[in-house]
Amino acid sequence: MIEPLIFTHSRPGRSAAAQRPQSAPTPAVPEKLRRKRRAALPEVSELQAVRHYTRLSQLNFSIDTHFYPLGSCTMKYNPRACNQFAMLPEFLGRHPLAPAEVSQGLLACMYELQEMLREATGMKGVSLTPMAGAQGEFAGVAMIRAYHRARGDHERTEIIVPDAAHGTNPATATMCGCTVVEIETLADGDIDIEGLKKALGPKTAGIMLTNPSTLGVFERRIQEVARLVHEVGGLLYYDGANLNAILGKVRPGDMGFDVIHMNLHKTFSTPHGGGGPGSGAVGVGQRLLPFMPIPVVGKEGDSYRWLDERDLPQTIGRLSAFMGNAGVLLRAYVYMRMLGREGMQRVAEYSTLNANYLQARLRKAGFDLAYPQRRASHEFIITLKRQAKELGVNAMDFAKRLLDYGFHAPTTYFPLLVPECLLIEPTETEAKEELDAFVEALIAIQREAEQDAAKVKGAPYTLPVRRLDDVRAAKQLDLVYQEGG
Amino acid sequence: MSSIPSNLKFLESHEWARLESDGLVTVGVSDHAQSALGDLVFVETPEPGRRLSQGEAAAVVESVKAASDVYSPVSGEVVAANDALGAAPELVNSDPYGEGWLFKVKPDNPAELDGLLDAVAYGKALESEGH
Amino acid sequence: MPFIPHTEADVREMLTTIGAADIEALFSEIPAALRTRALEGAPQALGEMEVGRLMQQRGARDGRPINFIGAGAYEHHIPAAVWAIVTRGEFYTAYTPYQAEASQGTLQLLYEYQTMMANLTGMQVSNASLYDGASALAEACLMSVRAHRKSRSARMLAPATLHPAYLAASRAITEGQNLKFDVTPYEQASGLTQLAALEAHRGQDITAVVIQQPNFFGLLEDVDAITDWAHANGALVIAVVNPLSLAILKPPGEWGEKGADIVVGEGQPLGAPLSSGGPYFGFMTTRQELVRQMPGRIIGRTVDLDGKPGFALTLQAREQHIRRSKATSNICTNQGLLVTAATIYMTLLGAEGLERVAAVSQARTTELVEALTRIAGVKLMFDGPRFHEAVLQLDRDPAGVLRALASRNIVGGYDLSRDYPELGHALLVCATEMRTREDIDAYAKALTEILAG
Repeated sequence: MIEPLIFTHSRPGRSAAAQRPQSAPTPAVPEKLRRKRRAALPEVSELQAVRHYTRLSQLNFSIDTHFYPLGSCTMKYNPRACNQFAMLPEFLGRHPLAPAEVSQGLLACMYELQEMLREATGMKGVSLTPMAGAQGEFAGVAMIRAYHRARGDHERTEIIVPDAAHGTNPATATMCGCTVVEIETLADGDIDIEGLKKALGPKTAGIMLTNPSTLGVFERRIQEVARLVHEVGGLLYYDGANLNAILGKVRPGDMGFDVIHMNLHKTFSTPHGGGGPGSGAVGVGQRLLPFMPIPVVGKEGDSYRWLDERDLPQTIGRLSAFMGNAGVLLRAYVYMRMLGREGMQRVAEYSTLNANYLQARLRKAGFDLAYPQRRASHEFIITLKRQAKELGVNAMDFAKRLLDYGFHAPTTYFPLLVPECLLIEPTETEAKEELDAFVEALIAIQREAEQDAAKVKGAPYTLPVRRLDDVRAAKQLDLVYQEGG
Repeated sequence: MSSIPSNLKFLESHEWARLESDGLVTVGVSDHAQSALGDLVFVETPEPGRRLSQGEAAAVVESVKAASDVYSPVSGEVVAANDALGAAPELVNSDPYGEGWLFKVKPDNPAELDGLLDAVAYGKALESEGH
Repeated sequence: MPFIPHTEADVREMLTTIGAADIEALFSEIPAALRTRALEGAPQALGEMEVGRLMQQRGARDGRPINFIGAGAYEHHIPAAVWAIVTRGEFYTAYTPYQAEASQGTLQLLYEYQTMMANLTGMQVSNASLYDGASALAEACLMSVRAHRKSRSARMLAPATLHPAYLAASRAITEGQNLKFDVTPYEQASGLTQLAALEAHRGQDITAVVIQQPNFFGLLEDVDAITDWAHANGALVIAVVNPLSLAILKPPGEWGEKGADIVVGEGQPLGAPLSSGGPYFGFMTTRQELVRQMPGRIIGRTVDLDGKPGFALTLQAREQHIRRSKATSNICTNQGLLVTAATIYMTLLGAEGLERVAAVSQARTTELVEALTRIAGVKLMFDGPRFHEAVLQLDRDPAGVLRALASRNIVGGYDLSRDYPELGHALLVCATEMRTREDIDAYAKALTEILAG
């Protein structure tokens, strides 16, 4: 290992003495409830800890260090100001249950964030509590079910999901006690309207859609879809994963969606942090206002307070112990204030420009686009089916070789509809030179694949590790370090 | 082209069933299934003694890519599970119709097997799925 | 244009390559009727300097009151090194480690985290975290339904001394899965769950019994007896614990004869600032046999093509898999930054450091209770062993008292009267190692004045 496990640096009695309280009183705990043996945690000096974790950080790719065109993830620059201002001591040291009287500054930021998100998405209400996209999806489907039940309609148990949808969509529907009805996508990338008509009926609770879709193209007949679903009494749920493509250009509320979730860690640039924390704020139309998850910030005159189940008696409830990821919300707030109304429109314009530019250059370089007749949204798909068949080099191999060229790979093998696909999303914060370098790298890898397939298949070579054995990781589970292991 | 032994019965969900001379039905997953799943990392088999209905989810085969339910082709009582799969789930990949068997059922009604796909029909089903 | 690097020349070149006349042409597939006008309701852009000033003003409006409140979130000293490292771009702006070779830093750190949490809780395996303690409990309940082969009821027994928001969130999150929650009342005199109350369910099909330690009142429950009762009654045991308290309390892996089956809780005390309510992280650990039922991401150690050790996400097939016959989860994220902080925090403190923080916090709470109960109109409600919170009985409605304290820059505690009306005028107070003698004296002085007036 480049950097041994922290446990191997431990020596009995070693410590970061400046960090612990100076006194060590005897705990007042009855004998039978007392911990008898200390937990096996590291015993290292402060410098050893700092050096170890700093060295670990240097083994990562990150937006700050690498172009990261992961489709559907929106890896745009995370402005440092967002971090600095969200971590001002007054916000950082505030307890979630501190009284409203000493929280007006924080609540003003939260309220204004709700309002800006409402404006940007064309919805009537916003709840900031869901802590991740998947939780936002859960809230959305739960609200749809609550709405139907409140009207006495208990038959509506079906959620329609396109076959191109992200796995969390059907998983969320099942988690809410619904059954999933899948509809197909046509060759041009739009959903099959005839298939939709067949799937609609009195049991339809709603439909979950992403627009632009996971295929990177705009659902052109969305108004018709909305009309058809509403006509049978169903509601429309918008998965906001691709909001970056239309921010300021089209509003989900105007497209007819009744409920949306936004990924603040995508569109609104809060940090991905190696896997979280995210934030999945939800927006609702008029019909679903009473069901929003609590708490929500309310304004009365000049002052703000948290609204809870007393104010929203039909709420689907709370999804966390407090009010969601406040620190993440503050970062999104700062970001939106720095963008302003003009900046939000530019997000869609330049992310779309960058994606279309990359698509055009890669097409000219001989790569196969999945939807060559369509405009790219903020992302697009190339398929390496031909390379897999003719050269035995597949999307995974290209992805791993890209790492050697200093680029994080695009999203691979999603959506499942397109075989050997790379879903590429550059985002608006990348300069043209970066995009050009990425194209050159793909061209070079294609050449390598033609001349020396084994070289590409053995990638990566220049990273801390070579390609890792996934099968072994799942078969011989080693999830916890054991001394002597 | 995946292998489809002619003496077996199949479900569209890629399980195979073999009526043995002792009256028990052995169940496994087809060559196509093991190939689609990739290297298996774990197999969960039903406990002997458990009662199954035809079509009930009885076992789970797990690869790095997916974890799929295995449905029982017949109703009856589980009398044996393949213990070798605990240490060597890859037997399902290397010998799906032999050493990679999953479990054995004492069928309530062997005639249930007649309603399943034979090898030819299963082959056609695979073709129409585009495999 | 903030954050957008394109010059006019860039735009012209790119449009030429694409073959479009202008950027608007790229949106031609979107029906004109859907196109929105400018977002007039949104404010104009501010530069970084202006936003900075605004945020300073907002912060200054709220100030920095002294916290004597816990109720699920606790103020502890976080070593400066923790967030200095966490906010390094390589950790802060990295993504989920799907390309494992490019994410060995994050993956190795998560493996170390899993090890530390398993050790701290006395269990065998850990996942890489969930959103928070409350949603982690919901996931544990769903997991117990999947894991319990013999139980068909999907019934949970939860104590009334469980954090009320945890019960509310668990109900809301599992609502579509037909789980049932029965609440076991606590004994009024002691504030604890008694076996007699559980006995009412003897012989019933209970899937899992939830035990919170310390309980919401800060008191120490008889975890051994409850664990053994649950197992004898065929139920799994879900432990909800404060991870810092485990430095001095027996870990759930050692509760009763067989230990708890699933352990969850709020990881915030380990290196996450209060931060107005989040982000925090939920942890989950369990027995080896149940590892495949555990939701969320899990990191495993493996080898690469050259046989060198490395780390990767593993058991991913379970994450997106939809099992029709059993309850499922849709979770696909973890709280990466917070777990990074917790891992560095636990490394810097070590077991002995955590022990001291826990013991000093407990001692400070005792000092606080002594100081406040000397005031007429303030009594200690439950006098059994506790961690670092206590319930005080006031001679009047806590709401007014708390408002008065807030105006004196003190957040005095959590008003229990709404969640537990049977307790009357009850206040949950907390003091951690961060509270000094001066802080406690200031609180006592303020409260004396308020209650005298």
